[in-house]
This record gives sequence, C-alpha cells and structure tokens, in this order.
Amino acid sequence: MSDFDMNPGVEMRDAELELHHFRVRLGIASTFVLVMFGLLFARFFYLQIVMHDHYHTLAEANRISILPIVPNRGIIVDRNGVVLATNYSAYTLEITPSKVDSLEATIDEIATLVEITPRDRRRFKKLLEESKRFESLPIRTRLSDEEIARFAANRYRFPGVDVRARLFRSYPQGELFSHVIGHIGRVNVKDLEKLDAEGRSSNYRGTDYIGKTGLEYTYEDQLHGTTGVEQVEVDSGGRAVRALSRTSPISGSNLVLKIDARLQEVVFNAFGDRRGALVAIEPESGGVLAFVSKPGFDPNLFVDGIDQENWNELNTSPDKPMVNRALAGTYPPGSTFKPFMAMAALTYGKRTPGQTISDPGFYNFGGHTFRDDKVGGHGSVDMYKSIVASCDTYYYALANDLGIDAISRFMGSLGFGSRTGIDVAGEVEGVLPSQAWKKKRFRKPEQQKWYAGETISIGIGQGYNSYTPLQLAAATATLANDGVMFRPHLVNYVEEVHTRQRTSIEPAPIRTLDWKREHIATIKNAMVGVNKEGTSARAFAGAPYSSGGKTGTAQVIGLKGEKYVESRVAERFRDHALFIAYAPAERPKIALAVIVENSGFGARAAAPIARQVFDYWLTGKDVSKPVKDDDDAPRY
Amino acid sequence: MHPGIRRIGRFFTAHLDSPLLGATLLLMLAGLVVLYSASNANLGRTSGQLMNMLVALGIMWVFAQIPPHYLLRLSVPVYVVGLLLLVAVALFGEVVNGARRWLHMGVTRIQPSEIMKIAAPLMLAWYFDRYEATLKLKNYVVGAVLLLVPVALIARQPDLGTAVLIFASGCYVIFLAGLSWKVIIGLAIAGGASLPLVWSVLHDYQRQRVLTLLDPSQDPLGAGYHTIQSTIALGSGGLAGKGWLSGSQTHLDFIPERTTDFIFAVYSEEFGLIGNGVLLILFLLVIARGAAITANAPTLFARLLGGSITLTFFTYAFVNMGMVAGILPVVGVPLPLVSYGGTALVTICLGLGILMSIHTHKKLVQT
Repeated sequence: MSDFDMNPGVEMRDAELELHHFRVRLGIASTFVLVMFGLLFARFFYLQIVMHDHYHTLAEANRISILPIVPNRGIIVDRNGVVLATNYSAYTLEITPSKVDSLEATIDEIATLVEITPRDRRRFKKLLEESKRFESLPIRTRLSDEEIARFAANRYRFPGVDVRARLFRSYPQGELFSHVIGHIGRVNVKDLEKLDAEGRSSNYRGTDYIGKTGLEYTYEDQLHGTTGVEQVEVDSGGRAVRALSRTSPISGSNLVLKIDARLQEVVFNAFGDRRGALVAIEPESGGVLAFVSKPGFDPNLFVDGIDQENWNELNTSPDKPMVNRALAGTYPPGSTFKPFMAMAALTYGKRTPGQTISDPGFYNFGGHTFRDDKVGGHGSVDMYKSIVASCDTYYYALANDLGIDAISRFMGSLGFGSRTGIDVAGEVEGVLPSQAWKKKRFRKPEQQKWYAGETISIGIGQGYNSYTPLQLAAATATLANDGVMFRPHLVNYVEEVHTRQRTSIEPAPIRTLDWKREHIATIKNAMVGVNKEGTSARAFAGAPYSSGGKTGTAQVIGLKGEKYVESRVAERFRDHALFIAYAPAERPKIALAVIVENSGFGARAAAPIARQVFDYWLTGKDVSKPVKDDDDAPRY
Repeated sequence: MHPGIRRIGRFFTAHLDSPLLGATLLLMLAGLVVLYSASNANLGRTSGQLMNMLVALGIMWVFAQIPPHYLLRLSVPVYVVGLLLLVAVALFGEVVNGARRWLHMGVTRIQPSEIMKIAAPLMLAWYFDRYEATLKLKNYVVGAVLLLVPVALIARQPDLGTAVLIFASGCYVIFLAGLSWKVIIGLAIAGGASLPLVWSVLHDYQRQRVLTLLDPSQDPLGAGYHTIQSTIALGSGGLAGKGWLSGSQTHLDFIPERTTDFIFAVYSEEFGLIGNGVLLILFLLVIARGAAITANAPTLFARLLGGSITLTFFTYAFVNMGMVAGILPVVGVPLPLVSYGGTALVTICLGLGILMSIHTHKKLVQT
C-alpha cells in the first residue's frame, strides 16, 4: 500500500500522479459507501422480509404498549424490627391538567360526588405549580369504596380524571422519627433534571415519589429499587388486553437501623415540649442509638403533597420544627468542652493531673477580667476538681498556655468543626476557631487578626466555638472509647428483599487518637466524679451503674460584665443547657450529648434527661415522661 | 423562444447541476409525502416544510454561483468566527434541555455548531491546499488539531451527534488529503487498544448509557424505546409497505419524533423494502454525482471540500437509517433532505450548492 503514500521529498510536482492518488482514495471511500449501504439494505431485508411475520404480528396486535411497573419502596425498621416507614395501597382520584379545559370547574363538579376539602384544593394547587401539565396529579387520596363507586358511575362526564390504585408511604411513628427518616415527596421538575443528569431518569418512569430529606433522601438509591417493564397489548381504546412479556421490578431494599425506637421515644418524651436535641451513640461502633431533634413535624403531611397552610406554619414557626438541630444546629459547647481541653493539656504536656492553681474567682488578661461562675472562686484547683466543679479560671489560664492553634489542632482531631460523615444529609460543619479560620471568615484586616484575649473564652467552650450536638456526641463517644473514633451511622444494614442479602454499614474506625492510657484514665475518672460528687451528682443519685458526664451552659447573648440572672432574661435569650455523658463508666455502651434550648444550666435541664436515657438503656427502667427541671441543681 | 428569455433562463440555470438537482428534488418530494403522513395529514406542517425547502433551494442556488476560489478566501475567517462563537457559547450560552448550544445575538439566537459543519471541512481543505506541495506528517497533526478543537467544544455542550458528524467530515478531508496508511492503521489500533482504558474511567451511569446504546432492550423505558418501536415499524412494513397514510405504528402514536429524526421509520412502514430500495438509490445518486464532481475537480481545495461534503452527506443518511433500523445508537441526526426542520435542510443544500459550484466553475479556472 505504500505506493499511495505521498512523498514530500520529490521536488517536481506531478499533478497527474497526485490526481491519481486522490482518485484512488475517493474510490476506496466510494467502495466504503457501497458496502455500508449494502449492509443497510441487508438489515432492511432481514427486518422486512425474513422477520416480517414476527414484526407484522407485533404491529398488528399492536398495539403493544410498554408500561413501567413501579417497584415497592423499601421499608425502614429500627434495630428490633419496629416499622418506621412503610407502604400501603390506596385509591386516589387524579386529574391530568392538560386534558381538562377548566380545572376549577372540573374540581367543583367532582366535589358534588366525592368530598374535596379546602386542604385538598390547596394541596392540588401547590402540586400543579411543581409539575408538568401532562402529569396525572391526585386531587383526593384514600377514596372509600363508596366514593369510588359513585365516581365510576359518572366517569364519562370527566375526561382526564381517573381513579388509580397507588402505593403510599406512611410513617407510623409520626413526629418521633421526623428528623431521622425524613420524608418522600412527589418527583418535581428539579428532581427530574437531577435524575436526567445522572442517567437515572428511565428507572423513575412511573415513579411519583422520591426521597426529599433524611434517610429517605440519603438512601434513595437503595430504597427505590429497579423499575420493571411490562409489554402489554392494548385495544384501539388504549386499554390493556393481555400481557406479552414482563420483567418484574426489583423491590427497593429495606433499611435496618441501629436506632432503638423505644429509646428514641424515651428521649423524645423526656424533652416534653422543650426544644433541643439529643444524639446517643454506641461508642464501640459509632452506631446511633437515638437521634432526636425537638420539635419535629409530622412527615405524613408531605407524602401526598403538603398544602400551603401547613407548609407556611412549619416554615414560619419560631420553634423551627423543620430544622434538624442535631446535625444542622450549632451551639457553643460551654463547659462540656472542658474534659476535651484537659485532655489536650495532658497530651501536649501543658498540665499534669496534680498541678494546682489558686482560683480567686476571676482571671485577668490584657486588662480584662474573665469571671468564674462561683463568686470568690474554687480555691486550690487541680485537674480533677477543675472538671468536677467546672472551674472556669483553670481553663482561662489553660487556654492561654495552649494557644489557639494547639486547641484547634487537638479539637479538630476529635472531629470538632468538620462533618462527622453520618449517613444522613444536611450536616453542617460548625465553627472550630483558629487563626486560619478567622482570616478566612472576616474580610477587614483588623478583624482577620486573632487576638490572644479571644483564646481565653475558647477554653470554656464559649467565644467563636460552635458545634453540632452530633459532633459533641461523637467526640464524647470517642473519649468513652479511649480515643478510637468511629463514623456515626444510623443504618445498621441494607437488606435486599428477595435475596435477603445484607450489606452492613461496617463500623470501621476513622482513626485512633494518639492518647496515653493514664491520660484517658485521668479524664474519665474526673468525668465519673462529675456524676458522683460534681455538678450532675443530683441527677445521677442512686443510679445502679457508674457513669461519666459533664455539664455545660451555652450563652445565647453576651452579657457585658453583669451577672446573668435568668428571671430577667426573655425566654428565647436564656442560656442553653448542655450535657455530655457515657455509661457504664467501665465499659461504655452508650455515649450521648444533649442540648435543651433556653433552659439555663446544664445540670438542671439536660443531665436529668441523660439519666432517664441511661436508666432505660442499661436497666430497662422505662419512665418515658417529661423530665422535670431540677431547680436545686448547681448553677454552673 | 425569445433570446432574452433564454438568456434569463441561462442565468438561473448556468451553475446548477441537473443530476444533483434532480435527485435532490426527488428526495425532497419523498420527504413532503412522508411528512404529510407522519404529521397525521397536517397540511400546515407540510407546507411549512415546503417553504423551508424553497429557502434551502435558494441558498443552494446562491452557493452554486460562488466560485470555489472565493470560498477558499473565506475559509479562514469563517472558521475563526465559528470558533469564537463556539467559545462564546461555552462561556455565555443559553441552556436548553440541559445542553448549552444556543447563543443570544440581540433579537435572534443562533447555534454556532451548525456553522462549524461547513466551516471545519472548509478550513481543513484550505489548509491542505495551501501546503499541497510539501505535505508532511506535521501538517496532518496541525489539521487534526484544527478539527479537534471545535469538535471538543461541541461535544462539551453536550451535542454528541453534531460533534461526531463534524469529526467525520474533517476525517474525510484528512483521509482524502492522503494521510499515510501506516498512520491510519496505527491510529485504528491505538484507538481500539485505548477503549478498555476509556471504559475504566467512565462513571457507572455513563457505562450504563453506552450499554443501552449497544443493546436497546436493556432500557425499554428510556433510550431503548425508540429503537424497539422503529424496528417494529420497519419489520411490519414488509416488501411493499402498508401504504401511504396506513402505517399503524405511525398513526397509533408508537413512533416518537416521527416527523424529524425517526421519519424514516414512517417511510419504511408505509413503503416497505421496495420504497427503501428506491430511497437508497436516490441517496446513492446524490453521492455518486458528488463523487464524480469531486474526482474531476481542478484544485486540491475543491477536491477535498467536495469529497468531504459528499461523504458527510452519506454519513448523515447512513447514521440516521442505521439508527432507525436498530444497528446504530440513537443520536440526534436527521435524514438529509427528508426530515422535518429547516436548519439541517439549509446546511445540506448549502453543501450541495458548493458541489454544483465546483462542477460548473471548473472550466473558468482551467482556462
């Protein structure tokens, strides 16, 4: 073939030869064209002559319609099989807007046969805004047999209106699991775009619902399943006559959680009608045992489309029920930060356990006085006493000795200020203050600079510190587990419905912190002291197990030099109560962080909740009623 | 006949090529006939397409008047403008149906990838013509870059169908310009060998998409639906077809996009294998005439341009019919001169006009 090659070295240009070369190439191309057209003709021959009878039958009967068969969505259960999300079948009355001339008139007309409440109308209107015109949208769900019969008799009057059997999602636990399970909702235009972009839209043909929040959203892929296909023969009117072939759908997988529904309920009830969050974690695996954010909402409202009124109410409520406080709310940790600060001091060699300071009740730095809650001070304070009595002065000085960047490095290794990676969407990072953070956070140069004075209040968990209850719980679990850190996870395993095959969410340690055994023992001993003779001793009096804990109070507003007097402060501006704890102290089975918003001191409002939770989990004692604030608890 | 009238007549027909024009008109006629059926006897749509055809024929006439050496001079500016517009699309383009293809130009919006369909082969033909005497491997590399830049920009929009067509049109120029067989075979082997590598870097869903393209029955609800239904339409058409306006697949709404990309399914169902044979012959007529014109063109520029236009025309027809017949993946390529839609029609007729110009300006150049 090499004779066709151009030889650029030849100086004399032979036009004839070049034309010849070109024509050879063109000839090859023309042959290619003929071969390809021959191939095409052979294909036509195959389809139209050889296979004609086959396709003739298909087209004649044709009326073959390809219908999607929507898979059953996987259900969600707790560790003992208590159902948290399930499906039920019900009849709905649906309107296809593009086939109806006047929607208002049609709905009025329908209302004479089937009850249509104002809420149904509002919900329909909202659905209409989010959907395409040719989609079939429910105006009424859960029709009674009588209503179906009444409508069927009058069906001819309503082109574009149909009764359909559909699967609905139901959340039997209602508000109790709203922030864990989340909810599904109708697939809207935005969801469709996303599915299209990911190449998943054909699996959603016929599917009306998709996970919007919580586990329903995070585990959408597993829960949804694979859409099946049915080829059916339809008559000229489009009604299915018989099925030709069928590929069954594959049901979505079930989720089995680590959470214990009863424990969740104990927590939920313990809060009463106070706002707040509690996350309880199994330290040795990172499995989440309880995950509560109060208040919640009824996820069932969202299933067949929420109406505008309920939507507005949920969104504008000052209690913010739609906010998942456990992973999207951030709070200063207050004094619950102290055990971690003490651990940092030991790890970095800035303090020994026995080293004491003399606490006069305040700490002076750069001309500014930082007060301790206890007027007159705690006297001589070592590390144990600093945690048990929650001495601020000890930590003011410690923070200054450590410096902001060492604090930041240590707390960062415990997961503060970064997402824990829990298997549910919506987690925020919080704020782990450092020089670098401040530089990024602020724009003006004078604001970007870190002042040594700002480090002082970081030591007692105030200042720029801001973490999610989940981060606090995870850090507590890590401490309880002697520095071995697991990724918190809600789902224990995903179970395929047909094969029963289980895919576990493996509890692999994220990292093991380089902590010395005796240092861990010192901190844990002090935390046991807190529950035995310290700030939360009253809450844990008489407990048949030993436990470690730490109280905390997070300031909502900064008070300039005055003493905080609760009765003088409006409810919304009162301090948040915090508590972290684990039990049993010897071999922790549960670690938790709890925050009760605007409830003042941690020992009063938060620690008693933890007691109730531990009692249930470790002894089976089931109180399950709102915990009363312990007004005689120490006020620091 | 009055000599004046004859002169006017000659003015209009001087640069037209009757075999090419004849085959074109027959294909357009077939297009109108099948469109009438495909649109459920919608006269408005059919006459609208007739108007499109008249405009396209006008453009064909205009380009038949332009001597090839004018086009030679326009090659670089047209290519540069086309490239700039593509960059503008990438930066400020309007997103329609998830793809960034359109550019707003004051009152109207344009699709610069359409310009590239002509600009890319023009540019490459110009380039190889310029270095005709001293073509070295280096020149082919430069040619490949000139081609791949716009192709990459269009593929990113994403508009894979158009990118593939423009890539093919440029490859034809490079092939006809005499790229060494050693390199061609080497590239083919390298391309084949790199497939597993490409496969390994694809996302799962991208792989799934490729698999669906290869086997439509894997995704009967999505991309596979078109192919399944169009195959039934073809097969049930049989030898002589079901007759005009009598295709059940067509009229019971089973063929999607049946006036545009899948119009061949309608044609095939109603006119059968015989009709398909006639259509293939008409397409072959256009291609054969194009090849003949190309073979006798006086300059390398004209030869390369003419060859590319002819082979690209073939590619359109082959890819479209192959896709409807279920042997090629579903990509958005219309059946030339038959599918409903003005833009593609204009582009095709413009190319055919250039072919006519090459043929009828031959003597002028040679003297």
